[in-house]
Amino acid sequence: MGLIGEIDFGTPLKSDTQLITLEIDGVPVSVPQGTSVMAAAMTMGTSIPKLCATDMLEPFGSCRLCLVEIEGRKGTPASCTTPAEAGMKVTTQNSRLSKLRRGVMELYISDHPLDCLTCAANGDCELQDMAGAVGLRDVRYGYDGKNHLGQEKDDSNPYFSFDPSKCIVCSRCVRACEEVQGTFALTIDGRGFASSVSPGGGAFFDSECVSCGACVQACPTATLIEKSVVEIGQPEHSVVTTCAYCGVGCSFKAEMRGSEVVRMVPYKDGKANEGHSCVKGRFAWGYATHKDRITKPMIRAKITDLWQEVSWEEAIGHAASEFKRLQNQYGPSAIGAITSSRCTNEETFLMQKLVRAGFGNNNVDTCARVCHSPTGYGLKNAFGTSAGTQDFKSIEQTDVILVIGANPTDGHPVFASRMKRRLRQGAKLIVADPRRIDLVRSAHVEASYHLPLLPGTNVALINAISHVIVTEGLIDEAFVRERCEWQDFEAWARFIALDHHAPEATAEITGVEASDMRAAARLFATAKNAAIYYGLGVTEHSQGSTMVMAMANLAMATGNIGRIGVGVNPLRGQNNVQGACDMGSFPHEFSGYRHVSDDATRAIFESLWGVKLASEPGLRIPNMLDEAVIGRFKGLYIQGEDIAQSDPNTQHVTAGLEAMECVIVQDLFLNETARYAHVFLPGSSFLEKDGTFTNAERRINRVRRVMSPLAGKADWEVTVALSNALGYPMHYTHPAEIMAEIACTTPTFANVSYAMLDERGSIQWPCNDAAPQGTPIMHVDHFVRGLGKFMITEFIPTEERTGPRFPLILTTGRILSQYNVGAQTRRTENSRWHEEDVLEIHPFDAENRGIVTGDFVALASRSGEISLRAEVCERVQPGVVYTTFHHAETGANVVTTEYSDWATNCPEYKVTAVQVRRSNGPSDWQIRDAEDGIAQRRIAGTMTKAAE
Amino acid sequence: MTDTRLVAMANQIAQFFASQPDASASEGTAEHLRLFWNPVMLRDLYDQLDKDPREANPIVIGAVQQLRKVSIRS
Repeated sequence: MGLIGEIDFGTPLKSDTQLITLEIDGVPVSVPQGTSVMAAAMTMGTSIPKLCATDMLEPFGSCRLCLVEIEGRKGTPASCTTPAEAGMKVTTQNSRLSKLRRGVMELYISDHPLDCLTCAANGDCELQDMAGAVGLRDVRYGYDGKNHLGQEKDDSNPYFSFDPSKCIVCSRCVRACEEVQGTFALTIDGRGFASSVSPGGGAFFDSECVSCGACVQACPTATLIEKSVVEIGQPEHSVVTTCAYCGVGCSFKAEMRGSEVVRMVPYKDGKANEGHSCVKGRFAWGYATHKDRITKPMIRAKITDLWQEVSWEEAIGHAASEFKRLQNQYGPSAIGAITSSRCTNEETFLMQKLVRAGFGNNNVDTCARVCHSPTGYGLKNAFGTSAGTQDFKSIEQTDVILVIGANPTDGHPVFASRMKRRLRQGAKLIVADPRRIDLVRSAHVEASYHLPLLPGTNVALINAISHVIVTEGLIDEAFVRERCEWQDFEAWARFIALDHHAPEATAEITGVEASDMRAAARLFATAKNAAIYYGLGVTEHSQGSTMVMAMANLAMATGNIGRIGVGVNPLRGQNNVQGACDMGSFPHEFSGYRHVSDDATRAIFESLWGVKLASEPGLRIPNMLDEAVIGRFKGLYIQGEDIAQSDPNTQHVTAGLEAMECVIVQDLFLNETARYAHVFLPGSSFLEKDGTFTNAERRINRVRRVMSPLAGKADWEVTVALSNALGYPMHYTHPAEIMAEIACTTPTFANVSYAMLDERGSIQWPCNDAAPQGTPIMHVDHFVRGLGKFMITEFIPTEERTGPRFPLILTTGRILSQYNVGAQTRRTENSRWHEEDVLEIHPFDAENRGIVTGDFVALASRSGEISLRAEVCERVQPGVVYTTFHHAETGANVVTTEYSDWATNCPEYKVTAVQVRRSNGPSDWQIRDAEDGIAQRRIAGTMTKAAE
Repeated sequence: MTDTRLVAMANQIAQFFASQPDASASEGTAEHLRLFWNPVMLRDLYDQLDKDPREANPIVIGAVQQLRKVSIRS
């Protein structure tokens, strides 16, 4: 096994269907029209020397190394900027070209440190390669002339260093920041000999740089290089795997030295990211070997006891014995399990199998309960299945993008870069968000309309937009007649045309100017291709499911579904939200979204699993906790989820956990939930196991093991062991066998196998005999349910109301550098960008309360009170405050409430009535929680070991 | 779960189905409860409505009557 080499064609490959034929070095070659001479040469295996060119970037033509001769043309044009033409005759190598290139290289090398042997990029340096390629043997100018050597290195970024002495000013980093990432943080300062790369005149860390790593990847020298490479050395083998952070599901090459990760390099063949990355996936993987990892199983009788390290056999045996006892004592339904969207499809499938077949009930739920469960309900009703309709590539043909309740630049940054690229090409943008997110206005991006609605009024807003479309005759009637239930449409059109949905009537509810709603509606409806992208700002509301259906109505009414460039697209929060839902981890349905009451589906599983299965829905996460508080639910197995930090109304969650007699937590770290656990089973990171993740575009990507599980078992092996100990034997020897079982029981996965994934890289479900190549775009000729269904979406205000005690609305979300509960990112250098959760408050509300930025403030709701620092800013509107939930010690969810979506119980995180006042320090809860946290995590023997 | 919370949750469901044109609101609510609520939650809801139906939307009461008929038959 060696390093996976990816061909660099020098300039982007073109997809034009019209081919042209030219001759390069006497050999005919056919390429799509628009292909550069450089890329054409590379398609036949001829690598023309280059430095400023790379196929992630548009050609620039500055290094003058890729010169060629073209018959009938004067001079020596740069092959990167010269398009191939039919009949062209190109020479890539002769003595004239060789001499010219050597001359260019002489100039570069005369101003470059000659420290190749001790340089971190030794062996992976394009400048070094080119010196070899052009046959450089001498530098006639010597090395004593005016140069750029000895400049100060910028080590301010925690992950990469910038050494201007080694820079050849090829501008690849600047162009990568612009073209690939879309941040425009880098520039070339100065002119001529004084030209230098600069992150805005200061240090990298203090600049606009978002540490996506695109510049480091583009750099052909050691100027921008990962600090991990400097520390460890060059990798010697690599494995393609999938990032375990957000729902974009980026493919990476894990570049290794032995079993140590040297760096994660975004994989160009990865269809979700096409060679791009963000600060989390690219750099924040150090948590996998963090000292906080728990690698030994542990048990204890009470949560006030010290943890006792035990063998795997003892831990599994104890867990099984406790669960058997609980079922004997309290009944078969007294236990359940929570799967995680951070885990693989195979692990999730096993967990729900363990519950349904091993526990004998349907008490299994997933953390998608608290994020995208309304997507499942809403899209299934409207279209027939719970899935985003497009692939990410579809955005390249979108003309109007409607972003609702999502903050892609922070939550889904790699997709945001694709979105921003399309916006730079001229697509229009509508942002509906209470906050002024970066997409509203940032470098070379400006939304045509920002609709700053009040939290909790999504449905009123989308109804108003649809009202305009219906009453102004902007419906795509041909589409609706052909593709949708006409009677339902008529009923919906009558409903939505009612006066109380008009923008002018709803402006007071939504807080959005009626004229902006009308203009945005017209822009969306009249676009050739309009697409909706949404996030948890849609789903985490009391009307989350209604809002999903309202967006589906809008897409169908305007004919924006079933082809490239359009669609209704949930941006999934965690890496495997889509997969967790697909795999049957909801208590009411099996894999492939088939209800447990369906006799035919149950028969498939009963026959294969050899047990009778329950036909009634199990408990959802909030229901489990409620049942625990009243004493009927006694045991819970939680894999990869930290409900004590992530779920709403923390004190209710912990009361539920405390009331249980056996809580089993399987995780990398002793997280907040583990404080209430009786059995701790060490988990394995994504680097330690095989499996698959399914991203937001339904793309099934392979996760490949690059190191052995630190605790000795991969997560799926732990579930198998527990099942065996409970008396329901499982006999898998590799996750590929679990996928085979998924395929043979789940029609949408029928043709999926590891062999297919290895061959094709990835596949989008449905993948079966009807769609053997997978399904990039859904609902092309017909909806999964046949005809699309319009649903009536009356706006019903949440019961969470502001008033004199709690006059402000709190809404919560994420930030770029941190990920969900922060268990992973807090254990990396990413925390340098976000060391604590802060409360964003508008200057008007801040002034009324005498608050300035940096003040400690108390944030109180009827659920609880916390303290955190304030940031006074106009990103939020008056009356609205915002914070993140990444830091356990902040406890943002102490404040959120138990209100939830009517259909799915998805918590209403986005609307909590609160009061804010100046404070002197932590709240009572925070003080108590910090003290308890230390006591509840103590491990017997560790104090002694430390003393020794 | 507190029984009043179950009633509040059921009322939320009823509010949605009250606006739907294609089935009676009680039928829609009953079907939703059947598909998504655990039997333990349903039993608690029935008990609460027996004790004090005043907080319940009439649609919920109708839905529960339908569900009870079905469970008696089966």
